[in-house]
Amino acid sequence: MRIRKNIAVSEEGFLFNPATGDSFSTNGIGSEIIRMLKQDKSTHEITDEICRGYDVDRLLFERDLDEFTALLKDYSILE
Amino acid sequence: MKRKLVIAVTALNAIDSPGPGVAVIRAIRECDDFESRIIGLSYEALEPGLYMHDLVDKTYQIPYPSGGTESLLTRLQYIHEQENLDLIIPGFDAEMFNFIKLRDKLWQLGISTFLPELNQFEARDKIKLFDFGQKHGFLVPQDKILYELRELKKMADNMEFPIVVKGKFYDAVIAYSYDQAEKAFHKTMAKWGLPIILQEFIKGTEINIAALGDGEGKAISIIPMRKLYITDKGKAWAGITIEDDKLVELARKFIEATKWRGGCELEVMLTDDGKPYIMEVNPRFPAWIYLTAAAGQNQPASLVKMAMGEKVEPFNEYEVGKIFIRYAWDLITNIKEFQMISGNGEL
Repeated sequence: MRIRKNIAVSEEGFLFNPATGDSFSTNGIGSEIIRMLKQDKSTHEITDEICRGYDVDRLLFERDLDEFTALLKDYSILE
Repeated sequence: MKRKLVIAVTALNAIDSPGPGVAVIRAIRECDDFESRIIGLSYEALEPGLYMHDLVDKTYQIPYPSGGTESLLTRLQYIHEQENLDLIIPGFDAEMFNFIKLRDKLWQLGISTFLPELNQFEARDKIKLFDFGQKHGFLVPQDKILYELRELKKMADNMEFPIVVKGKFYDAVIAYSYDQAEKAFHKTMAKWGLPIILQEFIKGTEINIAALGDGEGKAISIIPMRKLYITDKGKAWAGITIEDDKLVELARKFIEATKWRGGCELEVMLTDDGKPYIMEVNPRFPAWIYLTAAAGQNQPASLVKMAMGEKVEPFNEYEVGKIFIRYAWDLITNIKEFQMISGNGEL
């Protein structure tokens, strides 16, 4: 799973797709996940890192991450 | 010392469904390569552009396009005697035919234009668009040209909805039933006359492309824009420059195939599976043309240079993510100015 090359991502987690003109903003966690996706981390690695840093149920987070990445694919943010 | 050019511009109706005139002037004014005196050419006394004195130096009323070329030429000759015009940039679809017809006569008077040939202009006409697409290999929605209501009635049983009902110059209505189609037919006919164009509805994202051709097949500038906010008349109230090689290539191919001279706007519907359908080709700059200057490709200024015989190299970069947001502004004037333009035809 990779963020498309042309997608611009600001430090605050604001995404801009120059091919469609669409822009999106995410919350803090979304922004962290996107940063990790940009570093080519796998969903497993992302889950590990988030679960280490936050008090969150692993299963619940995996489900949320699935939903989030599906949304990113839908919006052509992910390849 | 910079050359001072006297440039006449039409389409000063900066209203909710605006003409490109004010945006064209704004872009020209920003170019440092030449100085300009701007002459507004107006049809109506309440076109806002003629009261914008920081943009327009002097305005003259001209006869409506329905008056034909003779009355227009007579009026332009008078204006030329007063102003010594170097160039005219028309901006309304409905007036283009007359200006193209007058091109040689204007040239003889010493007035330049930078307009498409009549055959180029007519080939992209709404009523010939499908054939045009077929000929050059562009995706264009299927259409049917209707010259009387009886033809629409005949089609009633086989029509698929939604369908788009379009006027020959402006306006498009999406009809979801036969009744709506017939109502739209009458309304559009009353406003723009016949024929009426019935066009296949294409679902997708609306993209507009402003392009400038040199008349020899080369695209000098191409800027694709996605509408971010659309008015109830379907006009962009906000838009953003986007990066899509497919769209740029489509416009380049269009300019190359038609050897288009001057500015034009391609209205494109990009389907969800990425197919770009050309919905319409407007034979002039769009109202959002200032965005091209803001994004780094000043199309109106480049047109001026080419019209003056200068060779202009094609742009190859523009800023993606540049946004325009149109706004309404109550311009205040006084009755004296209104009287001058409506009584004397000059301001």
